Amino acid sequence: MSPQSQEICIVGIGQTPFTRGVPDATLPLRVELQAAEAAIRDAGLRNADIDAILPFYGLSIAEEFAVNLGVRDLAYQATSHVGGAGPGASLANAANALRGGLAKYCLVTGGWYGFSGKRVRQIVVQDPKTMSGGMNARDYYFPHGLTAPVQWFSMMARLHMMEFGTRAEQLGAVAVAQRKHAALNPNALLRDKPLDLQTYLDAPIIADPYRLYDCSLEADGGCAFVVTTRERARDLPGKPVTLLGIAQGQPFPADDIVTRRDVFHLGVTDAAPRAFGMAGIRPADVDFAEIYDPFTFQVIQQLEEMGFCRRGEGGDFVSGGRIEPGGDLPVNTHGGLLSEAHILGMNHYVEAVRQLRGDAGARQVRGARIGVVTGFGDFGDGCVAILGA
Amino acid sequence: MSTTSAYQRPVPTMEGMTAEFYDFCARGELRFQQCGNCGTWRHVPRLMCADCGSWEWEWARSSGRGRLFTWTVVHRPMHPAFAEQLPYAPAMIELEEGVRMISWVIDCPPEELVRGMPVAVVFERVDDSLTLPKFRRA
Repeated sequence: MSPQSQEICIVGIGQTPFTRGVPDATLPLRVELQAAEAAIRDAGLRNADIDAILPFYGLSIAEEFAVNLGVRDLAYQATSHVGGAGPGASLANAANALRGGLAKYCLVTGGWYGFSGKRVRQIVVQDPKTMSGGMNARDYYFPHGLTAPVQWFSMMARLHMMEFGTRAEQLGAVAVAQRKHAALNPNALLRDKPLDLQTYLDAPIIADPYRLYDCSLEADGGCAFVVTTRERARDLPGKPVTLLGIAQGQPFPADDIVTRRDVFHLGVTDAAPRAFGMAGIRPADVDFAEIYDPFTFQVIQQLEEMGFCRRGEGGDFVSGGRIEPGGDLPVNTHGGLLSEAHILGMNHYVEAVRQLRGDAGARQVRGARIGVVTGFGDFGDGCVAILGA
Repeated sequence: MSTTSAYQRPVPTMEGMTAEFYDFCARGELRFQQCGNCGTWRHVPRLMCADCGSWEWEWARSSGRGRLFTWTVVHRPMHPAFAEQLPYAPAMIELEEGVRMISWVIDCPPEELVRGMPVAVVFERVDDSLTLPKFRRA
């Protein structure tokens, strides 16, 4: 088999509507399956063609998908315990399984009732094992009232502001830019709610320096995508999107955000050079980026750590319209977790595929050939995927 | 863990090395693990030294002195048991020995916190089974 026929492609994407409120939040498997079905249809496949299922950690498991979808020959399944870096980790797993001949069509899924079901602030406290490092948080953070991601990540934003002079207006530039993207996206929950910098600054403080619009938008819904080889993709109706490079990384220690010698070093710090090296490109070659955005500063930080700019320069980098629609590097062209919906970063993959197919409508990045998608999980687990048209 | 008080805030699971850490606090001692081979201090508790691979360690007593490394100021509670405390400032403290930990500077209003300010440990007894390490301005 030629190397090219062994290239890995995303051949199908699917999603449910994104909402804040559902009639019955007891069974997240419902949205996970709806998204999976949509992705399988989009690929031009039947449910039974799927022989590998890679679900998001802590949600429904592969067997639950298989029994509902009628996947009677489940050849491969895998889930990585890396939170929001999970979709990328699953894509890497799928690539390995496909190249190794362990599977033919891999289904990557993720969906939840993140608004109507348990909220993240409840999940991390009530079930700390869902988060790697959760037990350290339970034993050493929670007793001091540090109980939620917005709080510990705002500490990192403050540190960056003190160290490098990053300003609230620069965090706000991320929120404003992503809201502008969302305005062009019919799926975005905040499509019709424009945000200007003054409104951003006037919003209530949640955990200083984080204000309301620094925070991602907890939501209900699911996304999925189907992965296969170039060779098999040739027999499918759609335009495949190629995986040019993918790599993972972990901060050290991964399970405790407090004691790191280099507190700004993330998983993507290590993953990015590996992924760019595999793809044979540089950050300057990237046309758009879908950056996992639990909070605004984590977008700035990942851009720095991936080498789009130097550490400390991220605040300037995101200002002046560079990451807005029509900018040099549009970031989170769907609105991201901040303004489209928090669908676990699965929506970042769906959006990147739409952009590279040229199917992104009013928000289409002109001439989009190369996109970067990041994952960011737990206390900074990272994944960087580079996708090509 | 069982408590007889009406304490509603999250408490550590008092098992293994975590129980030992908090039991020292109850005796008024802040102790961290120190590698028996290379001498590196560490926190949170680990079985092995990540620097040299040694399984040898002891609970070494910290001076309890450190500096404020970073913090957040919570204005909207994410846990109901802290709602009456608002605003409060969970802080990252860097001890002289090099380890960092989460705590509070209890005698300092959030708006007076300054990066690098010197602090010293104090112990806040919650009930018979739990004492938390907190910090004061030094």
